[in-house]
Amino acid sequence: MSAAAAPGRTPGSSIVPRIVIYGLLIFFALIYLIPFFVMLVTSLKTMPEIQHGNMLALPKAPTIDPWIRAWGEACVGLTCEGIHGYFWNSIKMVVPAVAISTFLGALNGYVLTKWRFKGHKLVFGLMLFACFIPFQAVLLPMATVLGEFGQFGKFLTNTTGFTFGFGNPTVNLVFVHVVYGLGFTTLFFRNYYEAFPTELVKAAMVDGASFFQIFRRVLLPNSLPIIVVTVIYQFTNIWNDFLFASAYAGSGDVMPMTVALNNVVNTSTGVVEYNVNMAAAMIAAMPTLLVYILAGRYFVRGLMAGAVKG
Amino acid sequence: MAFLEIDRLFKRFGATEVLKGITLEVEEGGFLVLVGPSGCGKSTLLSMIAGLDTISDGEVRINGRRVNELHPSQRDIAMVFQSYALYPNMTVAENIAFGLEMRGVPKADREAAVAKVAEMLQMGHLLKRKPSQLSGGQRQRVAMGRALVRDPQVFLFDEPLSNLDAKLRVDMRTEIKRLHQRMGTTIVYVTHDQIEAMTLATQIAVLKDGVLQQFGTPAELYNNPVNMFVADFMGSPSMNLVPAHIRAENGKTVVALSRANEADLILDPGVASAKLGAVLGQNVLLGIRPEAITDHDGADRNARTLVDVDCHVEVVEPAGSDTFVVTHLGGKHVIARMRSDASVRGGQRAPFTFNMDKAVFFDPKTELRVA
Repeated sequence: MSAAAAPGRTPGSSIVPRIVIYGLLIFFALIYLIPFFVMLVTSLKTMPEIQHGNMLALPKAPTIDPWIRAWGEACVGLTCEGIHGYFWNSIKMVVPAVAISTFLGALNGYVLTKWRFKGHKLVFGLMLFACFIPFQAVLLPMATVLGEFGQFGKFLTNTTGFTFGFGNPTVNLVFVHVVYGLGFTTLFFRNYYEAFPTELVKAAMVDGASFFQIFRRVLLPNSLPIIVVTVIYQFTNIWNDFLFASAYAGSGDVMPMTVALNNVVNTSTGVVEYNVNMAAAMIAAMPTLLVYILAGRYFVRGLMAGAVKG
Repeated sequence: MAFLEIDRLFKRFGATEVLKGITLEVEEGGFLVLVGPSGCGKSTLLSMIAGLDTISDGEVRINGRRVNELHPSQRDIAMVFQSYALYPNMTVAENIAFGLEMRGVPKADREAAVAKVAEMLQMGHLLKRKPSQLSGGQRQRVAMGRALVRDPQVFLFDEPLSNLDAKLRVDMRTEIKRLHQRMGTTIVYVTHDQIEAMTLATQIAVLKDGVLQQFGTPAELYNNPVNMFVADFMGSPSMNLVPAHIRAENGKTVVALSRANEADLILDPGVASAKLGAVLGQNVLLGIRPEAITDHDGADRNARTLVDVDCHVEVVEPAGSDTFVVTHLGGKHVIARMRSDASVRGGQRAPFTFNMDKAVFFDPKTELRVA
C-alpha cells in the first residue's frame, strides 16, 4: 500500500459527492447501531417502563439492577444462579482454544513458507479446503471422535486414576475449535509469512539459530499485526459459536455462555424479563467487543498487510 | 592446497542445470569476486558455499575440510545479504550479538565484541537504535558488523552495495577494501558491477549461464580476456569489438578495417602477427579498449607497436578527465579515449593512435580468442 495518507481535497473538486458519501455512511452506521442501542437502553430500564414505554426511548430512571440479576440470579433452566458460571466456562474454553490454534497456525505458516518440502502446496491446499467445510458436516463425525476420547478417558481413569482431560466437555470444545480453526489460522499466517523476507531466515541460519529459535526470535516478534488479526478472528468465532457448544456441551454446568444465554431467554417463569435478557446478552457480547476495541486498529492494518502481497 | 576450494560444482533444479561444473580456488586472505549478468548463477554459487542451497554434485572445501554436508552455522562463515537482512525487532547491538548469542558466548564477551566492532566501523552511537531508524548506509554498516563480529574463516558478500546510491557505493567499496586489508580474512563477493569486481578483487571469476568463463586476476581478465563475453563485460566504456579482415600485404600480416567512402584502414597487428597467420584471409573481430586508441601525444611511449592514422570523427564527448571520441570503423562505432585537452572536433578528420600491443582478436563464430 502506498503512503497515500488521507488525500486532501483536490482544488476545484465539488464538496457534494463528499456529503453524499458521508451521509450514506452515517445512515448505515445508524441502522447497524439501532439494535445495539435498543439492547443497551432496555437493559437499563425497569420492567414497568419496558411494558409501557417506547422501545427507543432513553430510560427515565437508569438502573443496573438487571445486569446484577443477569450475572447472579437469572435462571438457566432449573438453576437460578445467573450466568457468571457460564461466562467463565466460555473463558476457560476460548483462551486455550485461541492460543493453541494461533500458535499452531503460526507454526504451520512458518513451515509452509520458510521450510518448504515436497508437496507443501498440496498440504496448504488441504488446509485451505478445511476453511470451506461447513460446521454441520463435521458435527456427527466429531461426536464419534469425542466419544472415543471419552472411552479413552475412562480407560485412563481405570488404569491411572486420572482422565488427563479426555472426555471433559471443555477440553472437547477446545479440541474441536482448535481443529476447526487451524485452516483459517494457517491461511492467515502463511500469507503473512509469504511476504516475510526469507533473507532474515537465512541470516538467522548462518547466525546459528535453530528451527524454533528462528521462529521465536525472528518470526514471532515481527508478526504482531497478523497475530492480532488471528486472535480477533478466532476469539470472535469461538466465543460466538453456538452449534458446537450446544452439541458437545449443551447441558449442565459445562455450558458455554452462548448456550446459557439461549437458555436464559427460553426459560419462562411467568413474565419475560426483557431487561435481564438484554443485560445477559450484553454481557455475552462484551468480550468480543472489548477485543475489537483494544486491538481493532491492528486488525485493519494486519488485513492490509496480507493483502498487499497475497 | 588453497584455502577455499570449489571443485566441479553442479547445481540442478530438476532437469535444468544452473551451475555447470564450476572449479575455483582462493588462497587464504584472498578476495574472490564472482561477477556476471543477472541469472548467471553467481548468487546460487554463493548460497552453496554458505550452505543455504544444497550441492547437486561436486565439493566445497574450506581450509581442507569438506563442508557439503555441514549446516551454514557450522561452516565458520559469515554472510552479508543484499537486503542487509537485519532483524527488525532487535536493536543494532542485539543484531550484531545475535550470532554470538546463538553460539552460547557469555554476555560480557558479547558486549566486548560488539563494542570492538562498533569502534572499527565507527557506529558506536547507533548501537541502541532499531534498524528502521537507520539510513541505507548505516544499515549496510550494521550488516557488515554482524559478519565481522564472528571473526569467521570466510566472509560471503551477496551484492552488498547494490541498494546504495552511487556516491555511498563508492565510499563503502573503499571501506570494504580497507577492512579486507586490515583483517586479512578470505572473502567471496558477488556483484554484477564489473567496476566493483575490478577494484576489490584479487581474483575474479566471470560467470555466464552457469558456466565459468574465465578465472584470474583483474589485470588478466582486463588485458587478456579468453572470449568476447569477458572482453565485453569487463571495462567501462566496454571494449571496442570491430569486424576486421586479416590479409597479407608486402609479406606482412595486416588487419584491415572497412570504412565508409574511404579505403580500408590498415593496422599492423604487432605482437599478434604470428598467431594471426593461422587465420589469414579470414574475418575476425578486433578487440581494442578505448584507452588503447588515443591522440598521438596521449599514447603509451613504451608501446612497441603504435599506429597513427587519420579517421573521421563523428562525435566528441568531453568527460572532464578524458574526452571520448567516436569514429566509425568496420561498420561499428569505435570509442577512443583522448586527453581532455586534445583538439578534436566532431565532423572533422583527426589523427588517432592505435596501441596494437593491447589489441586482441576473436573468432566471430566461436567468440573465442584467436590472438
